[in-house]
Amino acid sequence: MVNLNRRQTLALGGATFLSELLFGGVPSSAEASDTLTIAYNVNLPSFDPTVGPSAVNPTIQAIYRAIYDQYVGQNPDLSFAPGLLTKWGWNDDKTKAWMDVREGVVWHDGSPLTPADVVWSLERAGNPKTGNPIQFVWGGLDNYKVDGNRITADVKQFDPTVFKWMAFLTGYILPKAYYEKVGSEGFEKKPVGAGPYMVDEYQGNAFLRLKRNDKYWGPKGAFDTVIFKFVPDGTSRVAEIESGSADVTLEIPYEEYDRLRAKPGLAGVCEPVSDIGMIFITNVEKEMLDENVRLAAIHAIDKDLIAKKLLRGYATPIATLQAPGYEAFDPSIKVSYDPELSKALLAKSGYSPEKPVKFKIQTTRGFKPKDYEMIQAIVGMWRKVGIDAEIEVYEIAKHYELRAGHKLDPMAFYNWGNAIGDPSTSTGFAMFSPSPHSAWKSKDLDDMIGPLWGEKDEAKRTAGWKAVDKYIAEKGYVIPLVQYSQPIVYKASLKVTPNATGALQPTLVSKA
Amino acid sequence: MTLVVAQRLIMAAVTLFGVAIIVFVLLRVVPGDPIAMMISPGATPADIAALRAHYGLDANLPAQFFVWMKNILRGDFGTSISLHRNVLEIMGERLPATLELAFASLVFAALLGGAIAVFATLISDWSVAPLIDAINGLFLAVPDFIWAFALVLLFGVFFPVLPLSGRIDPSLGERFVTPFYLLESLVTFRFSAAADVLRHMAMPMLALGLPLAAIITRVLKESLREAMVQDYVLLARLKGLSRLRLVLKDALRNAIAPTLALTGVQFTFLIGGTVIVERIFAYPGIGNMAVDAVINRDLPLIQGLTLVFGALFIVVNMTVDALVVLTNPRLRSV
Repeated sequence: MVNLNRRQTLALGGATFLSELLFGGVPSSAEASDTLTIAYNVNLPSFDPTVGPSAVNPTIQAIYRAIYDQYVGQNPDLSFAPGLLTKWGWNDDKTKAWMDVREGVVWHDGSPLTPADVVWSLERAGNPKTGNPIQFVWGGLDNYKVDGNRITADVKQFDPTVFKWMAFLTGYILPKAYYEKVGSEGFEKKPVGAGPYMVDEYQGNAFLRLKRNDKYWGPKGAFDTVIFKFVPDGTSRVAEIESGSADVTLEIPYEEYDRLRAKPGLAGVCEPVSDIGMIFITNVEKEMLDENVRLAAIHAIDKDLIAKKLLRGYATPIATLQAPGYEAFDPSIKVSYDPELSKALLAKSGYSPEKPVKFKIQTTRGFKPKDYEMIQAIVGMWRKVGIDAEIEVYEIAKHYELRAGHKLDPMAFYNWGNAIGDPSTSTGFAMFSPSPHSAWKSKDLDDMIGPLWGEKDEAKRTAGWKAVDKYIAEKGYVIPLVQYSQPIVYKASLKVTPNATGALQPTLVSKA
Repeated sequence: MTLVVAQRLIMAAVTLFGVAIIVFVLLRVVPGDPIAMMISPGATPADIAALRAHYGLDANLPAQFFVWMKNILRGDFGTSISLHRNVLEIMGERLPATLELAFASLVFAALLGGAIAVFATLISDWSVAPLIDAINGLFLAVPDFIWAFALVLLFGVFFPVLPLSGRIDPSLGERFVTPFYLLESLVTFRFSAAADVLRHMAMPMLALGLPLAAIITRVLKESLREAMVQDYVLLARLKGLSRLRLVLKDALRNAIAPTLALTGVQFTFLIGGTVIVERIFAYPGIGNMAVDAVINRDLPLIQGLTLVFGALFIVVNMTVDALVVLTNPRLRSV
């Protein structure tokens, strides 16, 4: 054994310090090790996927899905699959719901997942006092009964989408015994789930390190360790992947996506996701009550040009709030780009390029790719036909407040996500008057939408929503613009399966 | 002296109370309701009211303020809406990261700025001397966040020798007992960990420190120039003392007071600058957390962070005042 005196110890320490300081390279990555590092675009504020703002933040769901499991699983093409529930459904008259809980599943702490955990999670989610933002969905089921691994519940209010919500926001099962033992704050410090990865270490605003759950019931993750680095700045994320500090990154400017994927050693994928760009129309000011003005504004927008030039082809023009791949998408509904028609419509209402109709349009800037630039281009197109729109830039938080108070400007740009692809969670909530998320509030539309909420015949329900979308397009109650594609850049040694929900789940990344 | 200290402490308390009122009212006046960000599309007015009550936002403004102040006096800063944790506890975890970064930046700026000022004074009669002013002017003109992006490009992409984000390499698995990573790793002789912390701190420290170094250079160089023409320096020069010794031993001692005072003021700006710089480098301090708090309209957290920033500014100013008095014998008798 070598004995070192104090001076030698300090000298050795100093030498280690200096060599580490000068030559400690960038962190190891998936190529050389069993660690996958993802430069992620948002921070993870909270580990509880059922309460608070992060529970309804679609971007964070990729992390939640890695740690927890959902009642119902979802494939990358938006279709549903067994999750912690293996089967589910209704009785014939749809007054009762039933669910079969997967057997043999264990929590990260080794304790078994039981139907009691599922019932507790559903009851907690439906309790208004817990602050679950989607409580209105979960509250529709009540009086749970457990028989073996089957759970039955009374349907207080029939909601045809409740099982779809089980794969969506706040649809996660948490461990009853553990949560009750450690409480809310204890759970935040040491979360326990049943998902494919377990929390190893977390530093808010810096990183989350996950370890593979080798006892996971489903397909195991390809990497022993997954690190989510929280890098909200787009430029820094580009640098992370370019320098090799990260193996995968996402949501970077399309220009950078094109540049990076052309570099040796990097690859990219940019597929459509369940996110659309749209313009809300608020029916408060008289200009917006004029159908000619609304339709003129719609027909004057060249969406193809916006998608091809401004968004570099990484967007798909849409005519309704349903994007291709959504359940009620109807390709027969078309809205033409026809500036001459716009001029004619405006002329009917006494407007022209010389005497334009004037109103305000609100938009975010940098919240979504090219949001402000898109509105600038649209305002330019409108000017040519006789619409003089003044742009107001605002923060997304202000949008939410104004929308909830029905105080948005006559037009307002927004990005609407719909990861379960159901028409009720796009057209429904965006266009139904009682919804705090709607801007156009009118009785004719409510009369069409109202009966669809509780429609028990799925075929009739889908047909009903398609009819609503067609009616909205004819009346010009909203301006759907484009469906976004999500740019993901990764090391060529990896394989990334794009997810239409936009959730970059670690289980969708593997070694090539 | 005791009276002066007591007066300053009372003034500090009054200032913090003023900050508390302003931030509380402003947060509720400016658009951006935290509940509006959370409400689900199917929420009824009753659901929204329940959510508002859940977060204690249903009472009127004075009542909310009264409850908040009462709780603060008991050491309860509330629970963060977005993080679901005690605000004081979270700030206690994150503040040390910002403090270590801010002090490292200050030390770096003082050493670099001081060295350049002394060097510029030593070569003041050389023909290349104006070049230092020109370069210094450039460093003064570039704000910290521009430095941050330039450094990301330089040391992150072109010469990827420094880590781009975070406070420590997540793959290392280092565990710390305290939130003072640098201090703890040095004290416990974990030099490898200390080096990693410093490497992660390097780029944000440069981004924050370079503009401050330029300010220190300019002020100290000017003070040294004035000191170098004072009688006592001229006398020392006649005695045959070297120029280096004149600058370091005689002129610097007298030139340091104005630099110290200005550095103190600039240091508070540096702390403010951590907000954007921490964000760019994904450095987990209170600045980065403040951005998320604002995005999420996390009122309890924003209020807590504003008070912490306010307290920091007050402490820095009081410390600088004390240091100025200590370095200037004429002020001690006042």
